[in-house]
Amino acid sequence: MLYLDNAATTPLRTEVLEAMLPYMKENFYNPSSVYGPARKVRSALDDARVAVANAINAKTEEIFFTSGGTESDNWAIKGTLAAFSAKNGDTPPHIITSAAEHHGVLYVCKHLERKGVEVTYLPVDGEGFVSPETLEAAIKPNTAIVSIMLANNEVGTVQPMARLAEVTRSRGVLFLTDAVQAVGHIPVDVEGLGVDMLALSAHKFGGPKGIGALYVKKGTALLPVLQGGAQERNRRAGTENVAGIVGLGAAIRLATEEIPRELPRITALRDTLTDTILKTIPHTRLNGPKSHDRLPGNVNISFRFIEGESLLLHLDMMGCCASTGSACSSGALEPSHVLMALGLDHAQANGAIRFSLGGNNTEADIPALMQILTPAVQKLRTLSPLYDDFLKTKE
Amino acid sequence: MEYSEKVMDHFMNPRNVGEIEDASGIGTVGNEQCGDIMRVFLKIEGDVIIDASFKTFGCGAAVATSSMVTEMVKGKTISEVMTITNEAVMKALDGLPAVKAHCSVLAEEAVQAALWDYSQESGITIEGLMPPKSDHGH
Repeated sequence: MLYLDNAATTPLRTEVLEAMLPYMKENFYNPSSVYGPARKVRSALDDARVAVANAINAKTEEIFFTSGGTESDNWAIKGTLAAFSAKNGDTPPHIITSAAEHHGVLYVCKHLERKGVEVTYLPVDGEGFVSPETLEAAIKPNTAIVSIMLANNEVGTVQPMARLAEVTRSRGVLFLTDAVQAVGHIPVDVEGLGVDMLALSAHKFGGPKGIGALYVKKGTALLPVLQGGAQERNRRAGTENVAGIVGLGAAIRLATEEIPRELPRITALRDTLTDTILKTIPHTRLNGPKSHDRLPGNVNISFRFIEGESLLLHLDMMGCCASTGSACSSGALEPSHVLMALGLDHAQANGAIRFSLGGNNTEADIPALMQILTPAVQKLRTLSPLYDDFLKTKE
Repeated sequence: MEYSEKVMDHFMNPRNVGEIEDASGIGTVGNEQCGDIMRVFLKIEGDVIIDASFKTFGCGAAVATSSMVTEMVKGKTISEVMTITNEAVMKALDGLPAVKAHCSVLAEEAVQAALWDYSQESGITIEGLMPPKSDHGH
């Protein structure tokens, strides 16, 4: 099987599973209990917190464990608005985000918008970048939070985060970045980025699903959204997902240590794969940044005259896993909002496929993919009336 | 979302792909906006569809429904073809996921559009046949 969908999820690393298993067996105790065996579990949580803090250059007391990226995003946005309203009374808050955000942020904003919150969706350029000038111009007196992802899940754009966060800092507005695709793959330093909150998720870098964290800079006005017990220093209630947290700690330690080796290796694989597809298969285009400021594992290609799902199905039947941003549903194919924000037309967006490389991929995967991909594209084009029409206009 | 084995078979091994050079009627429905375009070619002699073929841009279900509908119309009379509904196409494929039902509607419409093209060209009136919907113009 050829797995090229590491941006969707990554396989759980064996070392990580080994680290987790004792906390699902003999070390089952509730970390909030006072007796000795429970204190041992508590200390495992502390270790994991140190690992996460070290990985992103934060302080341990700035790391809060959550169920993953979506919860972290929800908490950061809703908790900030709650704190804003507690301070500003009836003034309706304003959120700034980008048109190319992950649904974990975008749909939170849409939901809040329906409840009367003002939202600005910043445009992105043809490669997915948000400009600091556009951000600056969008800030209003009632802007409570700016949420812009560090790295885009579909097209791999890595934002000029430090410059964006600089804009908000000078205006006293909080900045959240969804770094789910970045952490464990590229160096992430919260001090250097200058963000107030950062969301991350373990299963994107060899950890288990259902566990993530929110970095909250010391002094940030953020209220809890989950009320209950006193876990996570009174800010995120609920008995801790101990095995998950241990897994997150182990995975982030490994992934971060390996960045100096894996980042150049996977970047080179990405560039070879991109060049190979563009050179071998005509009428293809790369979506997203051309080279720099792009996630090391992200390749997003539009295949003209064919539709993404049918290509994915073909790849699937041949044992290759990739993904598409589009989803043909309820009578209309809804192209990826990210690709549309980048300015692609429907045809280009509908024919886009994302290949995302990870630690499991090697150079041998490229010819293996091409052996499947080239004939599949060819076959679907012979089926396509659009390709016929194109050939006829060329004649 | 899962496709039936029949859908996957018709998707991976589509029947009747291609154009009919001297087609009696050609119908194109759908557009790039909605993500599916179906073009059906019919060869009609007397009252009988003696050949049918298609070209389709779209998802797996779009390809499979085109393939199936061309199989279903071959050898049938025009009045028999007029009774082929999208439900019949879905049934012949052992069902489609609910979100893909519209593909079978397109397949039915593509056949009817080809019949309409034939009736316009030949001046033959086909009982119950409606002109193709304008928003499906390609």
